[in-house]
Amino acid sequence: MFDDFFIRALAAGIGLALTVGPLGCFVVWRRMAYFGDTMAHSALLGVALSLLMELNLTLSVFAVATAVSLLLLLLQKRGTLSTDALLGILSHATLAVGLVIVSFMTWVRIDLVGFLFGDILAVSLADVQLVWGGGILVLFAVIRLWRPLVASTVNPELAAAEGLEPEKARLAFMLLMALVIAIAMKIVGILLITSLLIIPAATARRFARSPETMATAASVIGALAVAGGLFGSLKFDTPSGPSIVVAALALFIASLVSKAGTRVADQSGTSQGGRA
Amino acid sequence: MLQTNAGNLSPLVSLAGMGVRRQGRWLVRDVDFSIAPGEIVTLIGPNGSGKSTTAKAAIGVFRPDEGRVERRAGLRVGYVPQKLAIDWTMPLTVERLMTLTGPLKGAETEAALAATGIAHLARAEVQHLSGGEFQRALLARAIARKPDLLVLDEPVQGVDFSGEIALYDLIKTIRNRTGCGILLISHDLHVVMAETDTVICLNGHVCCRGTPETVSRSEEYRQLFGVRASETLAFYSHHHDHTHLPDGRVLHADGSITDSCRPDDGHHEQVLPNGRAGPMRIVHAHGPDCACGHDHGPAEGSEAAEARRDV
Repeated sequence: MFDDFFIRALAAGIGLALTVGPLGCFVVWRRMAYFGDTMAHSALLGVALSLLMELNLTLSVFAVATAVSLLLLLLQKRGTLSTDALLGILSHATLAVGLVIVSFMTWVRIDLVGFLFGDILAVSLADVQLVWGGGILVLFAVIRLWRPLVASTVNPELAAAEGLEPEKARLAFMLLMALVIAIAMKIVGILLITSLLIIPAATARRFARSPETMATAASVIGALAVAGGLFGSLKFDTPSGPSIVVAALALFIASLVSKAGTRVADQSGTSQGGRA
Repeated sequence: MLQTNAGNLSPLVSLAGMGVRRQGRWLVRDVDFSIAPGEIVTLIGPNGSGKSTTAKAAIGVFRPDEGRVERRAGLRVGYVPQKLAIDWTMPLTVERLMTLTGPLKGAETEAALAATGIAHLARAEVQHLSGGEFQRALLARAIARKPDLLVLDEPVQGVDFSGEIALYDLIKTIRNRTGCGILLISHDLHVVMAETDTVICLNGHVCCRGTPETVSRSEEYRQLFGVRASETLAFYSHHHDHTHLPDGRVLHADGSITDSCRPDDGHHEQVLPNGRAGPMRIVHAHGPDCACGHDHGPAEGSEAAEARRDV
């Protein structure tokens, strides 16, 4: 039953889900869903530029996503438009410019749908290695930066006053997001990356008692969604990227339904889940 | 110079001619003061007078746009910000909040929570706390890290009146026990004053400063705390020689109007504080927006204070 491509897909997808769990929590806590979307959309510009200038695809996407997030910081400092409006401009502008550049390059045939919605079943061994290598790097960085990241999420001024350098943490967070988007693009696609960040984290919130448990739970729930989505996609012959997101959504809905039961348990004994 | 024992009285932080500018406007300017170990400095002033800005510049959250801010090397700060909203999406217990910016031993956490009277809430989620409980949790967090300098921006907001006195007592106890310096921001002059060494009245600049009168430390005065009548006791009597107009300009006692209020602009008759000996006497010309905290008469100060208490 397990063809080789399916094992590769499973390995890549689970590796990615484990990586994005903690980052997704920060996206939720910091209310940066739209920001994540914007960075993801800019990935198409990265794809277009990599084809145009014959650059490494992952590097190019990483560079463009980083540039867009830095540009956003710069525009925010000038303070003429709200962050919301700036994100709206950057998000769709980079997507549109990417599409236009691609359409100009009549000499290359690219699988646009593959980039937009991902093609996890086509991942190569090198892709799997990239996911796991990059993922370990990202997770290591997140663990190293954990305290400043959490503290500056709660209150940047508090973090600054007590010597944790929130600006550095923020910059590092943006670089990690750019890296994750570059890695994730092939697997769930530009349009669905943010859902893999947000939905497992939102699901994990129901069960978590601390930022650490929420981050861990988000990773586990993401991995379950990837596995469920891929098996579903195989069984029902549905597109793999969207199937993963649908599986994540199903887990989220299940957590909403089980919420009532959890609340009762919470009230009867706070010791449950209090450790760790 | 780098001694860290409490006996070392070189200032923890000192500000000289400090100013912060945002979008072409000076939020606060010409601020001079320093905080020594064991000293409690209180900043008072109306909304938008630059109290929080000054405190943030003192601890390095803002970089001053003019003047100097010097902090002792390795200064350990404990900070209670004025506004802190923790997003519901972040699961955070009081216990976890305590180690937000640095690791703590379990015993240190317990001691700090016990000192602020919320030991029973260690496992509660911060989002479920009442305003007063949350303030206590924030204070516990700040003191648990054993800071050299404790910066408290309106630490008693949302705390009821008796809790307020308990918290100020606690702040004093912490100072006495650890010898840390404390920078306190408050609009509630009457309660703060009793424990404060130096009061600095801000209104975009240092309006005036001085030490509270010794009477505020007496037992009789403390007994008055529970009573409304205490609010009319303006034991920190000082006068202003200028008025801040609504458009930000300054009307001086000599009738002239200038764009800002600088001590050296020649419109002030007397500027410097005269220290612990007694109240400052600076020629008087009050404006309704002065709100420096002392008793302006029945119209403003006491009613506002009562409204707060009734909450």
